[in-house]
Amino acid sequence: MLNTFRADELHEFPREDVKTGNSRSNLILPIWVEGLSLVQNGRCLLDDISFKLTNGPITVILGANGAGKTLLLKTCHGLLRPSSGRVSWREPDRILVRREQAMVFQRLVLLKRSVAANIDYALKLRGLPNKERIGRVDHCLHQTGLLTLRDRPARLLSGGEQQRLALARAWALRPQVLFMDEPTASIDPPATAAIEQLIRRFATAGVKIVMTTHDLHQAKRLAEEVLFLHRGRLLEQASAKTFFNRPLTPVANAFIRGQLDC
Amino acid sequence: MQNLYTSFQTAFDLMWELNPLLLEIVGLSLQVSLTAVVLASVCGFFIGAVLALGRFPGRQAVLVILNAFMGLPPVVVGLAVYLLLSRAGPMGDWGLLFTPSAMIFAQWILITPLIAALSRQVIEDLSVEYHELLWSLGADRLRIVLTLLWEGRLSLTTVMLAGFGRAVAEVGAVLIVGGNIVHHTRVMTTSIALETAKGNLSHALALGIILIVTACLINAGISISKNYAEHLSG
Repeated sequence: MLNTFRADELHEFPREDVKTGNSRSNLILPIWVEGLSLVQNGRCLLDDISFKLTNGPITVILGANGAGKTLLLKTCHGLLRPSSGRVSWREPDRILVRREQAMVFQRLVLLKRSVAANIDYALKLRGLPNKERIGRVDHCLHQTGLLTLRDRPARLLSGGEQQRLALARAWALRPQVLFMDEPTASIDPPATAAIEQLIRRFATAGVKIVMTTHDLHQAKRLAEEVLFLHRGRLLEQASAKTFFNRPLTPVANAFIRGQLDC
Repeated sequence: MQNLYTSFQTAFDLMWELNPLLLEIVGLSLQVSLTAVVLASVCGFFIGAVLALGRFPGRQAVLVILNAFMGLPPVVVGLAVYLLLSRAGPMGDWGLLFTPSAMIFAQWILITPLIAALSRQVIEDLSVEYHELLWSLGADRLRIVLTLLWEGRLSLTTVMLAGFGRAVAEVGAVLIVGGNIVHHTRVMTTSIALETAKGNLSHALALGIILIVTACLINAGISISKNYAEHLSG
């Protein structure tokens, strides 16, 4: 594989270059989700979901395929409007809330441009001046190990590299909250390890990570807090330790033990 | 058979000696049709984008009409433009009738629906793929449209080629509004019609061959640059 990327080659993410964390005056977190339901074509896809997410732990939304993980993530991000219930942030200014979050989608969409131009495009939308953009693009590519590929067409990268670019693009926006939908669903184990390493570093740098996965092992490796979804309902919200050691519901218990019929 | 052979011979001779009248006619054909394509693309892409991304009452009806208008009969368009531009018509004062501008105007009307309908499809397909990402990155509507147009640039080039093909090949509209005046509004297709009417069949066919060759060259040129761009952008 060309341009093999090893997680240990990652450069440190200096804390001071991230404008997140408690030093920020306008924190958008916590987010409150209250009685959220989503009905599409007469089918209830999310049913009366309530929870609160605070700054800090990596939150993993866990559940089988079709449990509603992606829909919940998109609704929190603001892409979908709930049929009933509400999503509210500590910060009342909706525009600010939108600017302070980013999302990495399961189905990657990279623009038909170079690797660097993909990140530059996102920064341009945030209104960053030209000079600042160039520096930040290279900085992000450096940190995600993509600097040598900066002028390559983004769509010709390998699956793992594309995923890293999507993460780099989201990271470049310096969000307070980063939503990620199955960030390693379609890539091989070494690339997965690299992505997980990046996710941990983002979290260390002070970004609130909210991600979905159906991969139990990945959840165990990354999660500090778990939301367990089953058929559109939130069955459990607990710290990862509590959830994996003492799940409250039989369904979660079956899921953790890898039973396929849960 | 004899006719066909003579035609090829005449076509070759005309091209070989760079016949000045032929060059003038080819030049005007290209000038009129390329200008019409550029103008129609500006309008067509805009209409296509509005129809692809906008949701408003009557949208479906507009789509049906637009798709039907892809096959507008050139003579009817020519006649309508003639009525608009004639001395007694609403735009008569502009004095455009029997000028290349009138021909551009007619071809613009002819191919705008084609370009709008095809680009609507291109943009709508792209929108399905890109919309969530662009929203998430904070793009406003105008920026979304511009981005989709740029991302679809290769497909939209093909749309423009389809428009150019229709424009350069039609005779009905340019004949009516241009009048086929030599050194002024004579283009390839009107010359072919004239030579045929005069019974000068092999000459007419020779012009036809040159028209096809010209269209092929333009398409080939654009295809090559398109492939190159595709290679660059992935």
